[in-house]
Amino acid sequence: MINYIWFFMILAGVITAASKGEIHLVTEGVLKGSEQAVLVAAGLIGVVSFWSGVMQIAQDAGLMRALARLMGPLARRLYPEVPPDHPAMGSLLVAMSANLLGLGNACTPLGLKAMGQLQELNRDKETASDAMCTFMAVTSSSLTVIPTTIIALRLTHGSLNPTDIIGPIAAATCCSTVITIVLDSLLRRLTHRRRLP
Amino acid sequence: MTLAIHALSRWAIPLMLLGITAWGLSNKVPIYERFVEGAKDGWQTAVRLLPYLVGMLVAIQVFQHTGALQHLIRLLAPLTGKIGFPPEVLPLVLVRPISGSGSLALLAQVFESYGPDSLVGRLAAVIMGSTETSLYVLTVYAGSVGLRRTRHTLATALLTDLAAALVSLYVVLRFFA
Repeated sequence: MINYIWFFMILAGVITAASKGEIHLVTEGVLKGSEQAVLVAAGLIGVVSFWSGVMQIAQDAGLMRALARLMGPLARRLYPEVPPDHPAMGSLLVAMSANLLGLGNACTPLGLKAMGQLQELNRDKETASDAMCTFMAVTSSSLTVIPTTIIALRLTHGSLNPTDIIGPIAAATCCSTVITIVLDSLLRRLTHRRRLP
Repeated sequence: MTLAIHALSRWAIPLMLLGITAWGLSNKVPIYERFVEGAKDGWQTAVRLLPYLVGMLVAIQVFQHTGALQHLIRLLAPLTGKIGFPPEVLPLVLVRPISGSGSLALLAQVFESYGPDSLVGRLAAVIMGSTETSLYVLTVYAGSVGLRRTRHTLATALLTDLAAALVSLYVVLRFFA
């Protein structure tokens, strides 16, 4: 599926640029995209290093195991293949909490830490495990309860009550997270029988 | 309530940093040495990530910079009107999964043209808040551990984004109409 979406974006771009007689836009897009990728990756080096270091301390101090035990039945239901007292379970909890609190640039590093530990448990290193699929789906469905950026933006645009969307956003976020968990468990069965590329 | 929430999100990281180091020290962990050991992963993660990011961001830029995205929005606009979904918010729904900064700019544009307290403005805000930059999350998360196949996850994420837009419409109508 990713192959088709990738090709669709390139094809649509080339056709649009050609029909406008401005084919150079494609080349410009390529340069912009590659530059942006380096900036994003470089921007992550520092924060990912920092949070990996902090989480290493947490793990050595037994904090992750304690957290994992705290997560209890809900986490075991969501990630049945992760051993309940494995540090990965603690990392998953930390990453999901950071998302819930809207901790901005801490979310990605903590999520990547959890992915790294799930990869240690993964048998086929090139294919996502069930736990990874669930974690990626839940993260990409948005867990944020406090939409600080949106509230700030509404305020600057003269909203009379900028925080009145907190309730609706919380309701919509909960719904979409439930939907993603259901979709993930339904679609998972399809890709188990017949592993799609 | 909101004040407490804001305080919590401002204090969370400093308290976490202090709490973890203090807990480590009281458990006789050589915290600085272990921190440095763990931090070594950062460089590797970023390097492993780069090819995935280049591939995805180049395609997204080609798609956006050439104006192909605008074309797609114009093609789809009449369809959304039929199901009662405001076409003014459609650009946001389509850009949201592929670009965080792009969708934020579109949200600001909706606020600018229709006002943050209008139905359209509120719908845009709720969609923005209940979705993520899915394609970016998948690229970065899968790339960081070198996965080649993410199985059904892309389908799950994109279907969820679609569902979230419809749920947002329902929620906004229930709350504000």
